[in-house]
Amino acid sequence: MVWLFVVIAIVVILILIFAGTYNSLVRLRNRVKNAWAQIDVQLKRRHDLIPNLVETVKGYTTHERETLEAVTNARNLAQKAIGTGVGAQSKAEGELSSALSRLLAVVENYPDLKANQNFLALQEELTSTENKISFSRQFYNDSVLNYNNKTQMFPSNIIASVTGFKADEFFEVEAAAEREAPKVSFS
Amino acid sequence: MWEQIRSNRIRSVVLVAGMALLLFLIGYFLGLAFFENPVGGLIIALIVWGIMSLIAYFQGDSILLALSRARKISRDDYPRLYNIVEEMKIASGLEKMPDIYIIDDPALNAFATGRDPNKASVAVTSGLLQKLNRDELQGVIGHEIAHINNRDVLLMAMCGVLLGTIVILAWYATRILFFGSMFGGRRSSGGGGQAQLIILAVGIVLMILAPIAAQFIYFAISRKREYMADASSALYTRYPEGLASALEKLAASTTPVKSANNASAPMYIINPFRKKGRAATDLTSTHPPISERIRILRSMAGGASLADYDSAYRQVHKRGRGVMPAASIASAGTVGLRAAAPEAAQPEPEPGKVERSREVSDLMWRLNKYKTINCACGTKLKVPPAFKGDSVRCPHCGRINPL
Repeated sequence: MVWLFVVIAIVVILILIFAGTYNSLVRLRNRVKNAWAQIDVQLKRRHDLIPNLVETVKGYTTHERETLEAVTNARNLAQKAIGTGVGAQSKAEGELSSALSRLLAVVENYPDLKANQNFLALQEELTSTENKISFSRQFYNDSVLNYNNKTQMFPSNIIASVTGFKADEFFEVEAAAEREAPKVSFS
Repeated sequence: MWEQIRSNRIRSVVLVAGMALLLFLIGYFLGLAFFENPVGGLIIALIVWGIMSLIAYFQGDSILLALSRARKISRDDYPRLYNIVEEMKIASGLEKMPDIYIIDDPALNAFATGRDPNKASVAVTSGLLQKLNRDELQGVIGHEIAHINNRDVLLMAMCGVLLGTIVILAWYATRILFFGSMFGGRRSSGGGGQAQLIILAVGIVLMILAPIAAQFIYFAISRKREYMADASSALYTRYPEGLASALEKLAASTTPVKSANNASAPMYIINPFRKKGRAATDLTSTHPPISERIRILRSMAGGASLADYDSAYRQVHKRGRGVMPAASIASAGTVGLRAAAPEAAQPEPEPGKVERSREVSDLMWRLNKYKTINCACGTKLKVPPAFKGDSVRCPHCGRINPL
């Protein structure tokens, strides 16, 4: 009789542990999804800002056609890459980031442009969008780390593999240029 | 990060339970002393506490904002501030964008309020907006968002209510006891005179000690929360230097916030009460000393994770124990720092009287064969010629400077 109770108690405890772990896995996976959606919102905002920026810069500069074209092309490629998976999308966005930072470095040569109110507002928006992208990527990676830890660590990894939770991919910065600050020389 | 919030909650619950126990004790002795029945006192204490908490819970944030004369702003009024708040909202993973308020005051300060993360507000003074650059403002807003995200606002409001109730009850009780014993003496005529006297004595001691003890608990909770918020801000921004240099500017400013009061003091990023014309000192009680907070942030050389903050804290305090709960440190990976945001160059000011007299004094030091080292925080270290050793610790920011 006593043994029966012990067995029932153990089974109940196991079920509770299973339910708790499963729920926290679901919570973590949803956080990862939500964080990814956040990145998408900010990337879209960046894509929307760029034509405006290119137009404004075009009015003031004369010899920067190549830089501007590179930005436009990178933007179009990045827009096409939406929905093709974390790896491809982060590569395209990395290209766009480095093209943008080249453009912003070039802009330093045009004092008239830098005094333009419209451009200043755009620049604040762009700076902030870049920050938001990196912050949402940061939060996404933190969430992925938490989620992956849970799916790979004992004992939750057993429940994760039984119920089909798989480790997620980090949003890496692909282009090496984005890791380094653009070099500006004054010679 | 989420584990940290959870284990914080346990620790805070213990401290809050301590305060609640004090409140019960006061109610108990109040009842014993006045009604010869502890239940009456307990009921009075609970009613006072209940009314105050309900007000604080439902109306606390609007009362606080109204008292500080804050006005709500939209994105178009202050795009940069709005953007920075949104950046920190994203970095912290907060679900809803907090409302933003501005207090028209030249003082430098900021606070967060709201009973839960979905109904939160951030308020900054207009002076803060003018004096801080983008990175510094980001650090301050990160600190405030961390208060929201760690649910400090509700906790501190509830603790404030407990403290307030204890203080009010103790204040009235001591007055009544005092005048009662002057004019009355009716109760001591009964049979249990001895017991009455003991209860009265214990009651008086309790009435005096309880508010002080509650205050200590309150400050302990508040200071710990400040460290946590600093650490989280560094983690969100990946740039502890931003908050450090903002705190430096806040500490150096001598204008107190006009519209701050006792209830709202712990909500601000630094203590808003300072003697007029004096910079914030290390004696500010609801907050840890600013110089120490700056030193900890500046010592975070390795990275921006909570573990890095913890080891920086230990380095500054030279004690074994850190401030972060162990669970939060173990789970986090390494977190890199980022570089400063490029800022529009500010025009170099003309050398004033102070600069010129400094130049002369430097010359005198040099003539006496003192070596000078410029620390990165702006302090000039003067090393005497007899000094032996290969590095000097800056007394101001704690950096180690090689000779």
